[in-house]
Amino acid sequence: MNNTLDRRSFLKVSALAGGGIVISFNWLAGCALPLEKIREMPKEWFELNSYVKIGENGVIMLFSPNPEFGSNVKTSMPMILAEELDVDWKMVVVEQADFWPERYQRQFTGGSQGIRQGWAPLRTAGATARQMLINAAAKAWNVPPTEITTVGGVLEHKSSGKNAGYGAFASAAASMEVPGEVKLKKPGDFKIIGSSKQNVDFEKIVSGKPLFGIDYKAEGMKYAAIVHPPAFGMRLKAFDASRALAMPGIQEVFSFNIFNEDYQRNYFDTATFPEMIAVVGNSTWEVIQAKKAIQIEWENAPESTFTLNAFGNVIKAKIPAGLEDTKDHKTQMEAYTLKSGNILRRDGDPEGAFKRAAKIIEKTYTAPFLAHNPMEPVNCYAHVTAEGADIYGPTQAPEFILGTLADRLGLPKEKIHIRLARMGGGFGVRAYSHQMVEAAVISQKTGLPIKLVYTREDEMTYGIYRPAYSATYRAALDENDQLLALHVKAGGIPETPIHANRFPAGAVQHYLAEGWQIESNITIGAFRAPRSNFIAVAEQSFLDELAEVIGKDPIQFRLDLLKKAAANPVGKNNDYDPRRYAGVLELVREKSGWDNPPKDLHRGVSAYFCHNTYVAEVVDIVMQENRPVVEKVYAAVDCGIVINPDAARNMGEGAIVDGIGNALYGEIAFQNGVPDKMNFDTYRMIRMREAPKSIEIHFVENQEDPTGLGEPFFPPVFGALANALYKAMDKRFYDQPFGPQLKI
Amino acid sequence: MANFEIHINGKHAQVNVDPATPLLWVLRDHLNLVGTKYGCGIAQCGACTIHLDGNAIRSCMLPIAGVGKAKITTIEGFYSENPDHPVIKAWEAHDVPQCGYCQAGQIMTAAAFLENNPKPEDEEIEFAMNGNLCRCGTYTRIKAAVKSAAQNL
Repeated sequence: MNNTLDRRSFLKVSALAGGGIVISFNWLAGCALPLEKIREMPKEWFELNSYVKIGENGVIMLFSPNPEFGSNVKTSMPMILAEELDVDWKMVVVEQADFWPERYQRQFTGGSQGIRQGWAPLRTAGATARQMLINAAAKAWNVPPTEITTVGGVLEHKSSGKNAGYGAFASAAASMEVPGEVKLKKPGDFKIIGSSKQNVDFEKIVSGKPLFGIDYKAEGMKYAAIVHPPAFGMRLKAFDASRALAMPGIQEVFSFNIFNEDYQRNYFDTATFPEMIAVVGNSTWEVIQAKKAIQIEWENAPESTFTLNAFGNVIKAKIPAGLEDTKDHKTQMEAYTLKSGNILRRDGDPEGAFKRAAKIIEKTYTAPFLAHNPMEPVNCYAHVTAEGADIYGPTQAPEFILGTLADRLGLPKEKIHIRLARMGGGFGVRAYSHQMVEAAVISQKTGLPIKLVYTREDEMTYGIYRPAYSATYRAALDENDQLLALHVKAGGIPETPIHANRFPAGAVQHYLAEGWQIESNITIGAFRAPRSNFIAVAEQSFLDELAEVIGKDPIQFRLDLLKKAAANPVGKNNDYDPRRYAGVLELVREKSGWDNPPKDLHRGVSAYFCHNTYVAEVVDIVMQENRPVVEKVYAAVDCGIVINPDAARNMGEGAIVDGIGNALYGEIAFQNGVPDKMNFDTYRMIRMREAPKSIEIHFVENQEDPTGLGEPFFPPVFGALANALYKAMDKRFYDQPFGPQLKI
Repeated sequence: MANFEIHINGKHAQVNVDPATPLLWVLRDHLNLVGTKYGCGIAQCGACTIHLDGNAIRSCMLPIAGVGKAKITTIEGFYSENPDHPVIKAWEAHDVPQCGYCQAGQIMTAAAFLENNPKPEDEEIEFAMNGNLCRCGTYTRIKAAVKSAAQNL
């Protein structure tokens, strides 16, 4: 008896089961397989709440609310449910929940908040379902619920010896009243949380099953491609589609707008090119070919404004006219090192401290725009009729595009249903779902089910980049090389990267943080640890340089500052816990053997706190001629309780690799508004040969509520690499990407 | 448009497409085999990797007209032929995937490589796998999985 038949049957049934349909399933009679290998599908599912369905045979279906982009919430969220529900993980099947705002309070994947904000609701949902089962058994057995215990999906009444699997009471439990208050397990009693579980989609991934938005097919579906302007600051003037329409398989070519005239946008409505051309046809290849045959006239776009509701604050946002150049951007940013910015925080008397300083150290750090480049290109499926809209595609933020869809399509929100595809990467850019609206508009106009696919070139030149930034750090030292004052002035196109209340604010008596911004028509968006992904490298490289001038070990220097912040904090609203911050530095010092370093390696250290999690990293490199080879990275992280340790490590490894790649190679520049790169032949991405040979991740063990891991490992690695490069080359690296300066 | 008969995953298939259509899009749009992925279209990322007579090939730049009688294996065929292939088992043991999008291409490249080089050194693995991008950064796990698979061939 092989396993493939089981898996295929299971997959077929679970695809149907999401709707709660009664399934009659003819299993192979007399097939004696071990429990691990089969999960016989039930004849009927009973829904206990939006997260939990139980079959009469005890199989558990758990709905994972948040869309999945590789952080593996699709496994860890159900683990939390299963823990409090108190079931055997082997009996669990997981389904991705659709976007249902009435059923789930938060279905946003981003900000490293999924587990942190899902912790209480998921535990409560699991515990509530468990209590309903207990209450159902209590009723049937005529005993008080308090006398019933559970273990691994079995209800027990110890004194009478009565017991039953959850399946036996699933039906009764589904009709019990939902209890108001439930008790949650103590972390010490966790059996599932804290153990490593395999990615629930593992088998589908390695067997090539349809999983991603770009894989989707529907009856009668047509394919669509778009053409967008070749430059920021340009717009459509006129076009002639006659040659394209004559090509095989092409149905329609038209221009369309993504927004209605007076639409009030939200922060995630970023749409670089609100007017584009759509090509509709019979296959992806045919529409991509036809795109090239459209004769298009573009023109410079005038300055424009739109109404933006920025998290409750309604403002008029401006899109400047012009075809921008990176050369110009750099000149503008340099000018700001000489100008004052907006004061974001001031402690003590920084101006006075700098006046009486014995020594002043000043350094400026820069970094370019970055493209997110998730492996799965932009795509979305939409089928819009008068009755409603069925949308299926990759998005991190369905709640933020629903209103946009409703407004543009002229449909009430209740008639728009968004189904969440597994995403081939997100990194922040999939929080912006312009392509959902585009696919929906094309579907509405043509009356057809449409799958819209962007080419890699379309996507890489579309914008929503990580901003370009610059930061100038100044430190004032007294005659004993004691740190008197710290001044950071940082800004970017179009925003400042400063988090004013983060370390080392709070640890320095005299502190000044100033921010500035330069407006631009290059669109930007959240990129893995927004702002932190730059300011961390500037700050952590500067602290390293300071430590050297002062004559202190870089880790000890940071620990001393943190000790001061703990004992005698400066100012108000310091938004980090200095003890937990020190904790990760101490752990990485221990685990990397910092005080007894390997002789032939060059090491750098860095630490950062963002998205509620503390991370410290040590990077060890050797130089092969001019090429840095990362031998090892040690990371120490405090994220509280770790749900799925191996998956958590995978996240850390990935973010570290990502950071090294972006620090060395990531960059997108502009000439006359045209991005200088549009595919992976020119946009260099880190590859296996350049990845660290080894990565070791250590978790601080505590019982703090869990915080996220998608982003926190990312910011520190840039600085740790820069600091290691300094040791290797006796030269500091201030401007990213580092690769061109290394000539690699 | 022309008719093409190709040999794929052990069976014959007929398609009627423009001869310049890359095999990638024939697989995805015409044969419902979506395991082979589109990442760049210019053979730079490896997400479209399939086997052609056992050799790892980028299907995004192979026109259907160039396939001829060669035997195509996609990830679907590779997996169903042997779900317990050492590469698959190693991938499982190291729980490699994050988002999963690049993984089919990684597996196909790894399997073809090990077929030709069953006792690779670390550096040889790195060179062989270097053409396959993983945006999520699972490279250390991929390398470990290829090493494990080699030990269990």
